[in-house]
Amino acid sequence: MMVRHKIVLHFPHEQVGKPVVSKLVRDFDIDFNILKASITPREEGILVLEVTGEQKNYLKGLEYLESCGIKIQPLSQDIKRDEAKCTHCGACIAVCPTEALTIDRATMEVSFDDDECAACELCIKVCPPRAMEVHY
Amino acid sequence: MAKTIAEINEKIKKGEAVVVTAEEIIDLVDQKGLEEAAREVDVITTGTFGPMCSSGAFINLGHPQPRIKISRAWLNDVPVFSGIAAVDIYIGATEMAEYDPLNEVYPGGFNYGGGHVIEDLVAGKKVYLRADSYGTDCYPGRQWETEISLDSVKEAWLYNPRNAYQNYNVAVNLSDRVLYTYMGVLRPQLGNANYCSAGQLSPLFNDPLFKTIGMGTRIFLGGGIGYVVGHGTQHNTGTARTQTGAPIRPSGTLDLSGELRGMSPRWLTGYSMVGYGASLAVGIGIPIPALNEEVVKAAAVRDEDLIAPIVDYSLDYPQGTGKVLGEVDYAQLKSGRIEIDGKEVMTAALSSYSRAREIAGVLKDWIRSGDFTLTQPVDLLPCEARCDSEEVS
Ligand code: SF4
Ligand code: SF4
Repeated sequence: MMVRHKIVLHFPHEQVGKPVVSKLVRDFDIDFNILKASITPREEGILVLEVTGEQKNYLKGLEYLESCGIKIQPLSQDIKRDEAKCTHCGACIAVCPTEALTIDRATMEVSFDDDECAACELCIKVCPPRAMEVHY
Repeated sequence: MAKTIAEINEKIKKGEAVVVTAEEIIDLVDQKGLEEAAREVDVITTGTFGPMCSSGAFINLGHPQPRIKISRAWLNDVPVFSGIAAVDIYIGATEMAEYDPLNEVYPGGFNYGGGHVIEDLVAGKKVYLRADSYGTDCYPGRQWETEISLDSVKEAWLYNPRNAYQNYNVAVNLSDRVLYTYMGVLRPQLGNANYCSAGQLSPLFNDPLFKTIGMGTRIFLGGGIGYVVGHGTQHNTGTARTQTGAPIRPSGTLDLSGELRGMSPRWLTGYSMVGYGASLAVGIGIPIPALNEEVVKAAAVRDEDLIAPIVDYSLDYPQGTGKVLGEVDYAQLKSGRIEIDGKEVMTAALSSYSRAREIAGVLKDWIRSGDFTLTQPVDLLPCEARCDSEEVS
């Protein structure tokens, strides 16, 4: 059975720059599309992939990635901002790796661009009034 | 041409007062010159909105039957101070709910603390009170559990012993690990620089030598009305200053109080600082009477003339070495990037400048509508001799 999934990979510091993902194609016959890639403030890598392949290959591929210390998270959740709660402080700007959260220097208001968000969740705990939320 | 507060109040009551914000006064002085601007303008409004840990509220709960002399109490499981008279309590902004794991799973989330209780109260929500006592002849009650709200209690005052810091550190991290501080998350090796002041809009930056803001000054506090009680804790005016009198290190502070009823969650917001603790973001707006040219000149200060120290929070701040890595002005901080030791570092704020601007605007509207008049301070705040020196940073 063929499957198609969107997943987020969190690479620990020491795995960044190693060709782990390319092994997916070579050894497990899984196709992937890179939807987003970035290095977080903690020097961890974040990769959002759309993967297609045989179900059993997909599961083996995931096992392999996990054995490399990579954390896998399904991209089923959605990051939303509770606009009423956001105080436009700007604390999240320091951690967002994809610039989904940016500040307008004229109005000094912080905007959230859903399309740029990699769902890395780094902003969730950093936001002091907890305006950033994960929705499943 | 000097004005008095009484004269300004006359104009406010007639709806004729000219009120501008601390941002607008900058352009006005630029366009018309100091002399003309000082003649035209009556009041300059300031604003700030940021986490201020030294905040809390005194509440008198009113007595149940039978009466009780509370020895320990909790609001929504957050312990409160009850070492005062029978049903008087103080809820502090940084006190954590008793079940909170704190930093046991590091970094802790600190989701609900005293600041959140205060936010819930001003939002009109019911809060669960649990209290116990050893019982006395006059106060036999031993246990009390009930829901309270701002409507049910007798009195509730916000009482903040240290707010509105005149300038603050820019926090950075020189170490190799992520730091979780009251200045937010600091990424390793100068990953970011966090600051916390409204700069040119900040109240005490606009009256740097405390010529008008004093004991008894009526202010915008948490969306309602408050007063300056006096100088706050850690008030230290003996710091080096720029030519306009602005301190280049954390300096003066204010002790503020006001009735909690009438305040709102938009301007009193519970904060959770990851890995550090809970706090309360407080909105403050202080009017500055444009008494003379000297006062107006000080209030027309701009971000590029306000200087903050850069401090390493991996070693120098926690160990209290007093070392400063460098200095930077608020215009640079607000641009989003500063340079430290030749490295470009991104900046982030904890103090919301857009909210500060909104507060200065709200206070301006209050004064213009004639609802809010100015008060003559009962006493000025202590200011050390160096305030009058013309020291350049
Ligand atoms: S989850 Fe938050 S920090 Fe991560 S990319 Fe989305 S907005 Fe940025
Ligand atoms: S940290 Fe939270 S409150 Fe502050 S700007 Fe970002 S989303 Fe808004």
